[in-house]
Amino acid sequence: MKRLLILGAGTAGTMAANKLAKHLPDWKITMVDQHQTHYYQPGYLFIPFGAYTPDEVVKPTKKFVPEGVELITATIDQVFPDDNKVVLEGGQELPYDYLIIATGTTPRPDQTPGMEDGLRDNVHEFYTYEGTTALGEKLKTWEGGKLVVQICEMPIKCPVAPLEFTFLADAFFEEKGMRDKVDITYVTPLEGAFTKPVASKHLGSMLDDRKINLEPDFMIESVDAEAGKIVSFDEREIPFDLLVTIPVNMGADFIAKSDMGDDLNYVPVDPQTLLSKKYDNVFALGDASDIPASKAGSVAHFAVDLFEKNFLAHIQGLPMTEAFDGHANCFIESGHGKGLLIDFNYDTEPLPGKYPLPGVGPFSLLKETELNHWGKLMFRWMYWNILLPGKELPLPALMSMAGKEKEAV
Amino acid sequence: MPTATIAGHEVQINDEGFLTEYDEWSEDIAAELAGNIGVEMTPRHWEVIKWLREDYKEKGETATTRRVQTVGGFPTKEQFQLFPKKPAKKMAYIAGVPKPHGCV
Repeated sequence: MKRLLILGAGTAGTMAANKLAKHLPDWKITMVDQHQTHYYQPGYLFIPFGAYTPDEVVKPTKKFVPEGVELITATIDQVFPDDNKVVLEGGQELPYDYLIIATGTTPRPDQTPGMEDGLRDNVHEFYTYEGTTALGEKLKTWEGGKLVVQICEMPIKCPVAPLEFTFLADAFFEEKGMRDKVDITYVTPLEGAFTKPVASKHLGSMLDDRKINLEPDFMIESVDAEAGKIVSFDEREIPFDLLVTIPVNMGADFIAKSDMGDDLNYVPVDPQTLLSKKYDNVFALGDASDIPASKAGSVAHFAVDLFEKNFLAHIQGLPMTEAFDGHANCFIESGHGKGLLIDFNYDTEPLPGKYPLPGVGPFSLLKETELNHWGKLMFRWMYWNILLPGKELPLPALMSMAGKEKEAV
Repeated sequence: MPTATIAGHEVQINDEGFLTEYDEWSEDIAAELAGNIGVEMTPRHWEVIKWLREDYKEKGETATTRRVQTVGGFPTKEQFQLFPKKPAKKMAYIAGVPKPHGCV
């Protein structure tokens, strides 16, 4: 009996298990995750503003594990890829014929000197369940001052979320009648509001419209929580009363220990097939790989759609014919019940225009509309009921140029 | 691709002025590119630039600021001193390698 081992029961790992289990009835499939809870991470954005309650973003992991697949709750200690086995903390050994690494990426406040000193006090983050819940409590009673939203280093999970947080914060304080008491600054190591020029121009002007300061090219060296300031490597200082930081993101530590990652613990893979560049029986799916695409659930979803066919070919010794293009499709909340949509891939940056979708759409690209906001909210239902169980969504996996308008920067 | 004459050599560049052909680079071109962005090359600057080119040759992609520190051994703080404000972009420009994408 062949063994497939999936490390990580998050978005990518769960989708892969559901897609593959039905094709491999004679295989022993095992998933390993350190948590018993599956978190709907896109919901973290809304919790600080009270738009979602914490219990709306959690369900038991085992609910999404297909029948016949074993789920082990444990911390992974190390992979021995030359021996085709994984060792868990406590010493249990799991042999495999094929391995899927889907352990994602994690915010690491310990990577920036001083950051942990103020954590949950005047330094907050919203990329963990505990963090976003604590920030929600903080905002309930915060009386205003200097709010600094700051990104440490790219890449980060969901690269639009910091902008969305900033837009939602602007709307939140306005609706509370205290916007004049809050000075908002958006601090980024990038040259502008976003990574790609056309979107950066649109999103940058949205910051201007909302009187949000932009501090680009800011590479953080340290946080001084007591004095309330962040300091860059080129010795700029930005004072804050409340810092909402997006810490350095890194892949899992066991990847470094197993000598299978790059300098941020991401597994080098072929960007079209997601097969390890080094091991012919190891794939990395979702945020855990080093592909030059956004670290986001939508990318994992489109990638897994193509991966399913490739994996089934690969185990029979056949060539993998599907080529992933880095497709991402993200709603961007902009506050006051509106949102934008961006759709892009490895080669094509987010462009304005229309995103056709029979029945519901078309959605407007790079433009604020109410429909885009509803699209984002609707997505939570689709995530739990269609995506995780591995059912088909009527969205093409590869990006299409239909409806997109080319624009000079 | 447009071409330009830099330090007497005809080379291919992209719309941001980055060299697009790894093998068209030479030290006199690098010195002139550095001058374009106000960087005066010292022996330490050359060490970073040469390391970046070697690493690119091996990996096929431009090292990030983090990699220049952890693998190259040039602390981030020093990178900012040598190539002020935008070290990743400036180092790549002078070294004749693509702007690092780290940003997606």
